[in-house]
Amino acid sequence: MSDSLAGLLQISLAVALLAALRIPVGDYLAHVYTSPRHLAPERLVYRLCGVDPDREQTAAGYLRGVLAFSLLSVLALYGLQRLQNWLPLAAGMGPVAPGTAWNTAVSFVTNTNWQTYSGESTMGHLTQMAGLTVQNFLSAAIGMAVAIALVRGLIRRRTEQVGNVWVDLTRTALRVLLPFAFAAALLLAAGGVVQNLSGLTAHTTLDGGSQLLPGGPIASQEAIKELGTNGGGPYNANSAHPFENPTAWTNLLEVLLLLLIPVSLTRTFGTMLARSGAGTRRHGLALLAAMGIVYGLVLAGVTAAEAAGRGTAAQAAGAAMEGKEVRFGEWASALFAASTTATSTGAVNSAHDSFTAFGGGLALFNMLLGEITPGGAGSGLYGILVVAMLTVFLGGLMIGRTPEYLGKRIGGREIKLIALYILATPALVLVLTGIAMALPSTRDAMANGGIHGFTEVLYAYASTANNNGSAFGGLNAGTPFLSLTTGLAMLFGRFLPIVLVLALAGALARQQPSPVTAGTLPTDRPLFVGMLTATILIVTGLTFFPALALGPIAEGLS
Amino acid sequence: MGPLPQWLRPYGAAVRFLIVMTVLLGVGYPLAVTGVAQVLLPHQANGSLVRDDGRVVGSALIGQDFAGPEWFHPRPSAAGEDGYDGAASGASNLGPNSPELRALVEERRAAVAAENGVPESAVPPDAVTASGSGLDPHVSPAYAAIQVDRVAQARGLSPAAVRALVAEHTTGRALGVLGEPGVNVLELNLALEQAR
Repeated sequence: MSDSLAGLLQISLAVALLAALRIPVGDYLAHVYTSPRHLAPERLVYRLCGVDPDREQTAAGYLRGVLAFSLLSVLALYGLQRLQNWLPLAAGMGPVAPGTAWNTAVSFVTNTNWQTYSGESTMGHLTQMAGLTVQNFLSAAIGMAVAIALVRGLIRRRTEQVGNVWVDLTRTALRVLLPFAFAAALLLAAGGVVQNLSGLTAHTTLDGGSQLLPGGPIASQEAIKELGTNGGGPYNANSAHPFENPTAWTNLLEVLLLLLIPVSLTRTFGTMLARSGAGTRRHGLALLAAMGIVYGLVLAGVTAAEAAGRGTAAQAAGAAMEGKEVRFGEWASALFAASTTATSTGAVNSAHDSFTAFGGGLALFNMLLGEITPGGAGSGLYGILVVAMLTVFLGGLMIGRTPEYLGKRIGGREIKLIALYILATPALVLVLTGIAMALPSTRDAMANGGIHGFTEVLYAYASTANNNGSAFGGLNAGTPFLSLTTGLAMLFGRFLPIVLVLALAGALARQQPSPVTAGTLPTDRPLFVGMLTATILIVTGLTFFPALALGPIAEGLS
Repeated sequence: MGPLPQWLRPYGAAVRFLIVMTVLLGVGYPLAVTGVAQVLLPHQANGSLVRDDGRVVGSALIGQDFAGPEWFHPRPSAAGEDGYDGAASGASNLGPNSPELRALVEERRAAVAAENGVPESAVPPDAVTASGSGLDPHVSPAYAAIQVDRVAQARGLSPAAVRALVAEHTTGRALGVLGEPGVNVLELNLALEQAR
């Protein structure tokens, strides 16, 4: 079988499996978020936490819960890293340095999982388990909860209430992420991902040398790292490491896991609309179609670029195999790269820094789209809903009618929140990249000079501000300036949008929907899919074209 | 003590929620997976260790450096100072147009061609590039093929016998379509040792 045919079949298999899982998983999620019943273990959690699960919150109350929990999580994770040498299961690791500990705490709480350290020589097992794994679950749960609050805002009428944050978080963790991750962890372990409590163990190699082998509770973290679109690997090489991703089929499983929740949430949205009568299942399909078109274009571009292997060093080698594993090759590496950057996961099974100029440039472009194709767990759905509302606003301008989405008017207050959402991350990316490039210390932190060095810096801020977490690994992101500012980019890139989305959810929930008339723009038809796709591409293109032209486009054409 | 002021109230719930979830997801979940994996999948969960006469010589999943003419050689590695450092996985992160990478590639190509007595054009890409992990356990079938004559000569074996061992340790694409074929270098070298 030719390489391209096998590669195309590999992609088709991933798409087919995802299509088969989307409907049952999406409907299950809809049930989880709408069921009036509390399970016995959930009642215990509510009692221990002193919350009344049947009392819903306003958008402001919901937001206070999200922010309080996230702030405490940053503090707890910082403390755990700084004190790990005093706690059990340290695996011989000392305390993590303050700058790294701050950056890492913010990184995992914001679902970014940007890593400025090597896991196998920095983090003890307790930090990995009780710190990082816990945030892998809960940061994903927060994204999903916020998305569901926005969906409730669209569905409900004349109410202040958008749900109970503790109920949404508990149900997401206990009914969805925990059972799914448990099953996935055992599958990964069956494929060869390690799961033990050993530290580095030495052995004598076949030719009489010596080698250290790492251990740790890896499969359990690997499963939630992909499922929660987190991306922070226990080892430095992330999913390129054979103990995290040993075979081509574990690689496919990881790609499926990282796409599963963002894709299924479009079905959840459609099902919740259909059940409440606020819309049809096709509304969810329309969002998925726009996501799928953009994802497909980027995947095709990355694959073509890597298979062609342009670039002076890549051509000297005969193919773009620098930074890629033999068991994956170009196609499975490109599939993983396009999927991880489209879902705000940021796990990597190959070194993006060594990708061809256009291949790496498209991975960067994928993040700059704002992580909505299909985006992170929850954040992808609320992100694309904001862009969908922007699209009806633009459509309304063209025909001179008040724009509506699902009967809710996109009025002055709503469009201000939407505009701020659209501007927040690009402003962080461009301003911080500009400042960083002006500093001599940044140039010393680059592994590659010239154009490619600029792309390393742009990639770093695109990744952190969009909560992706993948990196052009050559950049030494541990310098004080980069460590501080990437931390700020992650923090504001996560919570500014969440504040705006919850404000929007509150504003929409208060409205009485207007009746559908002949003049209403249908938002579940192919025409709308086309408009939404164009809006995604045009907004990103206009915002970032100059920066991309200075980086990957210039390198690819030179 | 009276009720907490309103702005502080979510913090009371948040502290308790974080503690409950840390116990459940941060301790219970990984330990439960560890327990089940250690019972059902002990070989994989402990690193797929490879033994020679009962002595652990490495992991089937983690590449090792082999240098002498009697061994199949792995790919170049950027893990640690000398490569294949199990405590320091990682890639070179050199860009596609990096002059440094280009020089390295040309130097490696000349060396691989010379040690195996093949023309430079016969050296495949994986032989001159470092992997993403620096611990790649595989080489491509093409890179194994150009090493057969050298290894056979150094070990006094027939090239056909060595070629048969290579074929035995070559894995195709998973399910016929996933990833790429590869030859496991440690397992192949172990089989050579045991063939003596």
